Amino acid sequence: MIKLTNVSKEYPKRGFALRDVSFHVKKGEFAFITGHSGSGKSTTMRLIHMADQPTDGEVRVTGYSSDKVTERDLWKVRRRVGIVFQDFRLLPGRTALENVAFVLEVTGTTPRSILPRAQKLLTQVGLAPKAGSLVHELSGGEQQRVAIARALANDPYLLLADEPTGNLDDRATRGVMDLFWDINATGMAVLMATHDLELVRRYPNARVFELDQGRLVYDSATG
Amino acid sequence: MYALREAINAFRRAPVLTGLSSAMVGLALFVVGLFGLAAYNLQLTLSAIEERVEIAVHLRDDARQSEIELAQSELAEIPEVRLVSYISKREALERARAELPDFSDLFNDLEVNPLPQSLEIELQPGDRSPESLEKISAAAMAYPFVEDALYGREWVDKLFTLRRIGAATTLALGSAFALVAALIIGTALRIAIFARREEIYVMRLVGAKKSFIRGPFLLEGAIAGLLGGLFAWGLTWGSYRSVYALLFEIAWIPPSWIFGGLVAGVLFGAAASALAIRRHLKEI
Ligand SMILES: Nc1ncnc2c1ncn2[C@@H]1O[C@H](COP(=O)(O)OP(=O)(O)OP(=O)(O)O)[C@@H](O)[C@H]1O
Ligand SMILES: [Mg+2]
Repeated sequence: MIKLTNVSKEYPKRGFALRDVSFHVKKGEFAFITGHSGSGKSTTMRLIHMADQPTDGEVRVTGYSSDKVTERDLWKVRRRVGIVFQDFRLLPGRTALENVAFVLEVTGTTPRSILPRAQKLLTQVGLAPKAGSLVHELSGGEQQRVAIARALANDPYLLLADEPTGNLDDRATRGVMDLFWDINATGMAVLMATHDLELVRRYPNARVFELDQGRLVYDSATG
Repeated sequence: MYALREAINAFRRAPVLTGLSSAMVGLALFVVGLFGLAAYNLQLTLSAIEERVEIAVHLRDDARQSEIELAQSELAEIPEVRLVSYISKREALERARAELPDFSDLFNDLEVNPLPQSLEIELQPGDRSPESLEKISAAAMAYPFVEDALYGREWVDKLFTLRRIGAATTLALGSAFALVAALIIGTALRIAIFARREEIYVMRLVGAKKSFIRGPFLLEGAIAGLLGGLFAWGLTWGSYRSVYALLFEIAWIPPSWIFGGLVAGVLFGAAASALAIRRHLKEI
């Protein structure tokens, strides 16, 4: 599903954000990437989403390799890999339903099935009652659910979450985490970046990676 | 559908700028349209002149009738030649009297007829090029009893030169306006892209195809080009009416030229957009 082989990422003038990182996340796995601020978690997520190219090494995601993928093929990768962020990145001034429907519209879903499908996705994330609310009037937890519904719109193989609970209180965090585990139970791999170790400890079934200054220093699968 | 809706939204968001893009495309095409009008009328005039192009072969007075008849039939053999007719000295004089009635007295008082006998060579339509004129008059000059072979070459050449100068002017003016139009279209697109930067970001995030993201912007450019084309059509028609009413009678350009102009406007708008998109979409 995700395979990093000796991946390094150097930002001009800022030095290495990742150094020689290798790991393999399998189909249906739930994994955390932990580490201090600046340790390279977001960089790893960006590389897996192919928003950026590694300076060295290879990133393989759902059959696509960072060595071979072209700008023209990026959309295929993006449809296989859903992503959510700490700051949600929804379209303001639109309702929850419109935010999800927008994704379906711009990725070529037949017009007739857009609304029913958007409704179904909102139901899946437990937000059907708020479908008609403008997203900026929703709570943080609710906005993150809209973002998750949006990420699931293309039936991805894999869900990436970069600090998804960073802006949420405890209750909302729990709700979102439960939702991730439900999604994972359907067989989708989930890779979540967080610096919240306490949160990670609550889920002993999950795989855990730890980054420190761009190096992979811990993998729960190998100890 | 999506692309069309978004393109229309872009017009709503920045109507002045979009209007300006169309106006500039319109002005560029108007310059071309004016030349088109001039060129078309010049062409009509030229073909009218061409109709009358013939070679007058002046013969010496001492040429023998049998020689003339031989030359007449030989010249008629040349493929480009339609007809060779013999004009005697008397016929030439009668014609001169008829064509120049003011001078008929002068002709009547003449004791000797100064006009030469001649052969008039008419050419096949479509073969009235300077080259065949040159070739046939050379053939006629080869006969020893031929004094001269004349045709209105200078005239035709002058008209062709005028046409070339017009074309150069049009090219320069038209390109200047087209350049400004392209810059304004680029600015309009930049604003449209900026207004939609969040949507574009989300589209990329969730895997919309590039062509899909570009679609509305290309369409916007094409529509600006089309409006510009219509605008230029209007301006050119206005100029045509004014010239017709105030100066002299001219003909309106054929519909196929107008259609070509509109297509050019659309293509230009889309091409200018495609260039601008390449630059600006990367900045987000
Ligand atoms: N676009 C960029 N340009 C330059 N340097 C960058 C860029 N993105 C990240 N970096 C640098 O790379 C290093 C790793 O950053 P990254 O965002 O991956 O860390 P992180 O683990 O996600 O941190 P946080 O927990 O604060 O989100 C940092 O030193 C950061 O300054
Ligand atoms: Mg980060």
